[in-house]
Amino acid sequence: MTDAELQSIEEENRELEKERKKIARDGPKLKGDALAARLDRTWKRPPGIIGWLSTVDHKEIGRRYIVTALIFLALGGVLAAVMRLQLAVPDNNLVSAARYNEIFTMHGSTMMFLFAVPVMEGVALYVIPLMVGTRATTFPRLNAFSYFLYLFGGMLLWGAFVLNIGPDVGWFAYVPLSGPQFSPGKRADIWAQMITFTEVSALAAAVVLVTTILKARAPGMTLARMPLYAWAMLVVAVMIIFSMPAIALCSSMLISDRLVGTHFYNAAEHGDPLLWQHLFWFFGHPEVYIIFLPATGFVSVIVETFCRRPVFAYPVVVLALISTGILAFGLWVHHMFATGLPRVGYSFYTAASMTVAIPTGLQIFCWLATMWDGRPRFAVPMLYVVGFIVTFVIGGLSGVMVASVPLDLQLHDTYFVVAHFHYVLIGGAVFPLLGALVYWYPKMTGRMMSETLGKISFWMIFLGFQLAFFPMHIAGLMGMPRRVYTYPAGLGLELPNLLSTIGAVVVALSVLLFVINGIVSLYRGEIASENPWDAAGLEWATGSPPPTYNFAHIPVVESRTPLWDIDGELPVVTGLRVDEKELLLTTVVAAVPDLREPIPQASPWPFISAVATAVLFISSIFSPWAILFGAIPVAIALTAWFWPKEMKRQPEPVII
Amino acid sequence: MIERSRAAAASLPLLLCACSYQQYQSALGDAGVEDRHFLVLFTIFLVVCAAMYVLVIALLLVGIMRRRRAGDANVVETGRHHQSHPLMRSGLIAWGALVAIGLIGLTIADFITDRSDANAASNEKLSITVTGKQWWWDVQYNSADVSKMLRTANELHLPVGVPVRIMLRSDDVIHSFWVPSLVGKQDLIPGRDTDVSFTPTKVGIFRGQCAEFCGAQHAHMAFVVEVQPYADFIKWWEHQLQEAPQPTTPLARAGYNYVTTRQCATCHTIAGTPAGGRVGPDLTHLASRRSIAAGTLPMGEGNLYGWVADPQSIKPGTKMPTMDLEPSDLHAVVSYLETLK
Amino acid sequence: MIRPMVRAVRFTEDLSHLPTHKFGTSSLTWWGILGFMIIEGVAFALTFAAYFFLMGHEQGWPPEGRAAPNLLAGTLFTIVILLSEPVNTRIKKAALAHDVGEVRRLMPIIVVVGVVLLIIRGFEFNSLNCRWTDNAYASIVWALLLLHTTHILTDWFDTVVLYALMKTRLGFEGRRLEDVDENCMYWRYVWLLWLPIYLMIYWIPRL
Ligand code: HEA
Ligand code: HEA
Ligand code: CUA
Ligand SMILES: [Cu+2]
Repeated sequence: MTDAELQSIEEENRELEKERKKIARDGPKLKGDALAARLDRTWKRPPGIIGWLSTVDHKEIGRRYIVTALIFLALGGVLAAVMRLQLAVPDNNLVSAARYNEIFTMHGSTMMFLFAVPVMEGVALYVIPLMVGTRATTFPRLNAFSYFLYLFGGMLLWGAFVLNIGPDVGWFAYVPLSGPQFSPGKRADIWAQMITFTEVSALAAAVVLVTTILKARAPGMTLARMPLYAWAMLVVAVMIIFSMPAIALCSSMLISDRLVGTHFYNAAEHGDPLLWQHLFWFFGHPEVYIIFLPATGFVSVIVETFCRRPVFAYPVVVLALISTGILAFGLWVHHMFATGLPRVGYSFYTAASMTVAIPTGLQIFCWLATMWDGRPRFAVPMLYVVGFIVTFVIGGLSGVMVASVPLDLQLHDTYFVVAHFHYVLIGGAVFPLLGALVYWYPKMTGRMMSETLGKISFWMIFLGFQLAFFPMHIAGLMGMPRRVYTYPAGLGLELPNLLSTIGAVVVALSVLLFVINGIVSLYRGEIASENPWDAAGLEWATGSPPPTYNFAHIPVVESRTPLWDIDGELPVVTGLRVDEKELLLTTVVAAVPDLREPIPQASPWPFISAVATAVLFISSIFSPWAILFGAIPVAIALTAWFWPKEMKRQPEPVII
Repeated sequence: MIERSRAAAASLPLLLCACSYQQYQSALGDAGVEDRHFLVLFTIFLVVCAAMYVLVIALLLVGIMRRRRAGDANVVETGRHHQSHPLMRSGLIAWGALVAIGLIGLTIADFITDRSDANAASNEKLSITVTGKQWWWDVQYNSADVSKMLRTANELHLPVGVPVRIMLRSDDVIHSFWVPSLVGKQDLIPGRDTDVSFTPTKVGIFRGQCAEFCGAQHAHMAFVVEVQPYADFIKWWEHQLQEAPQPTTPLARAGYNYVTTRQCATCHTIAGTPAGGRVGPDLTHLASRRSIAAGTLPMGEGNLYGWVADPQSIKPGTKMPTMDLEPSDLHAVVSYLETLK
Repeated sequence: MIRPMVRAVRFTEDLSHLPTHKFGTSSLTWWGILGFMIIEGVAFALTFAAYFFLMGHEQGWPPEGRAAPNLLAGTLFTIVILLSEPVNTRIKKAALAHDVGEVRRLMPIIVVVGVVLLIIRGFEFNSLNCRWTDNAYASIVWALLLLHTTHILTDWFDTVVLYALMKTRLGFEGRRLEDVDENCMYWRYVWLLWLPIYLMIYWIPRL
């Protein structure tokens, strides 16, 4: 470097130093409406379709996640209704064998990969930044990218289904059935590639959530003051990071077996079909807690608000979350009890599966104790929490039953298991989710959902659910295997199946009612105040719906239940730039202010990158070369994405 | 509460009707040592879990009823935020202990049952090899003396009270061998040797079904197990060892010619005839079996007509093609098959 | 509802003095990269597990008594990538010391090393003595090598782009130096990952 160059740099630095003095920041001198106006100009995204595609606002992205996931719930649910109609009576042929196999595969895959996981991410992406008192998620563009990938993955799966090339090998696509020899055609590839989409998007969202929770919390929100929901999402995001690579790997191996003739799963060529099962369930079991733990977070939040009391034994709940997250990685073999692995080895996984019941049991007790010591009020979200406990515990207990090898050898792959996992998935995850949607609806939309409609749909879904799924326990015990498109008369399966079908219709109607309620309230609902439930969380310290920048000033946290413990005035810190998008980063444990992090503007590049990636993924189903050629546009798009905003240096100190 | 009474209300009639169907295909069947073990262990789990559940519901009811608020009077429990009622801490500890004890108890019960099942497996008397195929079961009775080796399909005969070990093989996809009334599942996995051992304790006819999704006709991959007194079992074995009888009537002979000279023979074996295919089930004693096409149809003239005429419409996807036989051929073939007693 | 809205605020502290970048655990991108390194780490760990799982039920490894890969290319690769580390460390130090000149001087070396490595890697694929379609052993070996190659490729591309940026005035911005620092961290990760893979591909089949 020449001296001349150095000189000019010095020069420039002095210039920048002067500029720096002129920068406008929030604070006593700039507050109220004036501040709001400035911030709004800096944070709002460009208008129009381009702007819509370019947005990096976590609230917009979270909303899109939620709505998309709910539509997939509806689609998957409609398929469920079709299955129930087919199974209503024995030897029915409303749908053909082949079609039925597609339908349950689509139902399972849609519910797990396109509804349950994304909806939990969506709610978190919306709520977490508000809850921890920051202006945006970290890596906002990655966030946008993850949504579009998820959307494209879902469109791929359902597009294929409509074109009658939908997968038909079950939601865990066991090889060799899903392998090149027994599933010619593209059905299985579609499934595997949908997995690639959703898993990449889930991983991106997980990184965003972890970093947001660890680095962007409001000053004073130490780990020990973090809301339980944030704790739950932190654990879940870390679980995603550790489990998703497993399915990434095994689905890639499946694709390469099918596409380029590798032999990972081909027993005839030294491969092993069980390799698939190990890898899949190493992901698959954590997956179910990835769906369940966010729901426990909802429950903690709702119980606290409607019992007017912080959740009892906060440290116990946190430890329960963490230990569940760790134990979850030691259970996968309990899905493989019938594969004839060494029996003594199985006993370990039985014991491990039993152990998970302890943290979950403790959490249940903590909620019950909170209700006992608080002043419960039965608004709709609270009803869902009660329904959750009554229902989920049954599912948990049936889980403990199937965790026992001698019991599971009979119950495995029967409707008893189908009953188990719907009790935990719907009772344990969907009920709290519906409660949470009602709970945060005013924050997201600025209006309240109708209480009466809400109560009606709660009771319908609660009772309808029991009617639909309790009889499945008996059907299973009476020898009804799962994944059969019909069953012979005379086995005594007629009554339980008929009841299940009736119940399923009730559930479907109630979900429909819930959706209608949601849509109608959007226009007719009573206007919501800033904090309609009088809750304690920071998300209620800003407008409903919140402004694009969430908080005019970054709030300071002094307790676990901030809004309950301050009298009127909200303590805040100031000094963030208003002419640039800036986040306040704090230290991981003590949440001490540490950095002012400039974050990127809205940009179409995440969307373009997602499109390029989608092209790569989908065309790779048809030719391996697509991976090579497809990579080029992806590389270009990503470079454009990460290229610094303007080639002009920021007036910020270089040396510190 | 609503839920439990409702559940009970629903389950009572169900359990009742369950009992009346126990025998045929049900884990409640109690027709084998292993299934008995299952029932005992299941009862233990049921009792413990029910107790825990009642406890949870009781706590819930007390919890929500004790100090519930009417309307939406929103008083925050100010002042006493973080200090909890002394009862709660001790309650938490007690609950934790209870749960731990309950789980340890269940784990021990599980382990004991598992061991005893495993030990029972060691003293086997009868050895059978079952190979799963899309979508039927190939059955081979093993014997030291080769002339006693016996091949059949989709039907097992077992002597009551005799421990049997079944070697499980698959040359296509994963299937699962399951006779609920007798014993739990065991998967048949390509490239792996698995087996299941059990001892039937009741004479009777039981239905088994493939329990691992294996493609289009997974639902129609069932089989029949007849548990019979030892003498009858031996008689059956001896009879099955015989070759197929020569057809006598002209119609049957016509059928014989068709079956042994046309496509049929490329897939099916009929001992004592040129038909020696291995793709489909062995037909030597077809007419003596209880079902057609792996439990798809009960055996009978009408169903034989239906099946031979158009298997694809009865069991869509089955590897047996619809061959559009001339009516005359159809008559002949069916009347010949009926002679395969 | 009865409680007052919490709009009224009390100003506590002014944070305008806070810097906009720091190195290490304070940096956001550091955490982001850590996250992705863990994700890839798990993927590799599971691939290793799959390798040993498949090896588990074989008499011979490689099975069917085929020849193990030839050592030359792989070993050369290992040496070169290890030799790149001292340079890598100097770049990291320079970045931390805000010595843009030094960074600009050294980065091209890493870029060149990347090219050399990619060329050697080509020969490696040639010296495996098997095609991925031969059997499961061949498939997993190819998978390991391919997986690692993608990392070399992406990090090389990353380095090129970053170097281009460093040549501009933006090089003098703290955040770019932060990027350089983290790019060096990632390079370490890439060669660390290689060592177990080297053993698994070239030496375990020789045991
Ligand atoms: C939200 C999702 C979710 C959750 C939370 C759980 C929770 C549990 N699950 Fe479940 N499970 C699934 C989703 C879930 N599961 C799915 C989707 C499948 C099927 C996949 C497929 O095959 O398609 C499955 C299948 C499955 C199997 C395989 C069955 C088979 O295929 O044969 C097993 C076996 O061990 C199992 C066990 C458990 C256990 C022990 C728990 C425990 O975590 C439960 C712990 C909770 C409680 C026990 C209740 C509360 C505790 C108390 C009240 C304390 C008192 C209790 C006692 C003293 C007993 N599950
Ligand atoms: C979170 C996950 C989830 C959810 C919510 C559900 C919900 C339901 N499931 Fe699900 N199910 C699974 C996950 C889930 N399932 C999985 C993983 C499998 C295993 C798949 C496999 O074996 O591969 C499975 C399998 C499965 C089977 C076994 C199929 C078989 O083995 O042959 C059955 C059978 O009854 C069933 C029934 C139902 C029913 C009746 C519902 C009901 O709760 C559905 C309720 C109805 C709705 C939600 C629709 C209502 C909405 C509308 C009517 C439209 C509204 C309109 C707009 C919004 C525009 N499911
Ligand atoms: Cu064979 Cu299912
Ligand atoms: Cu599990």
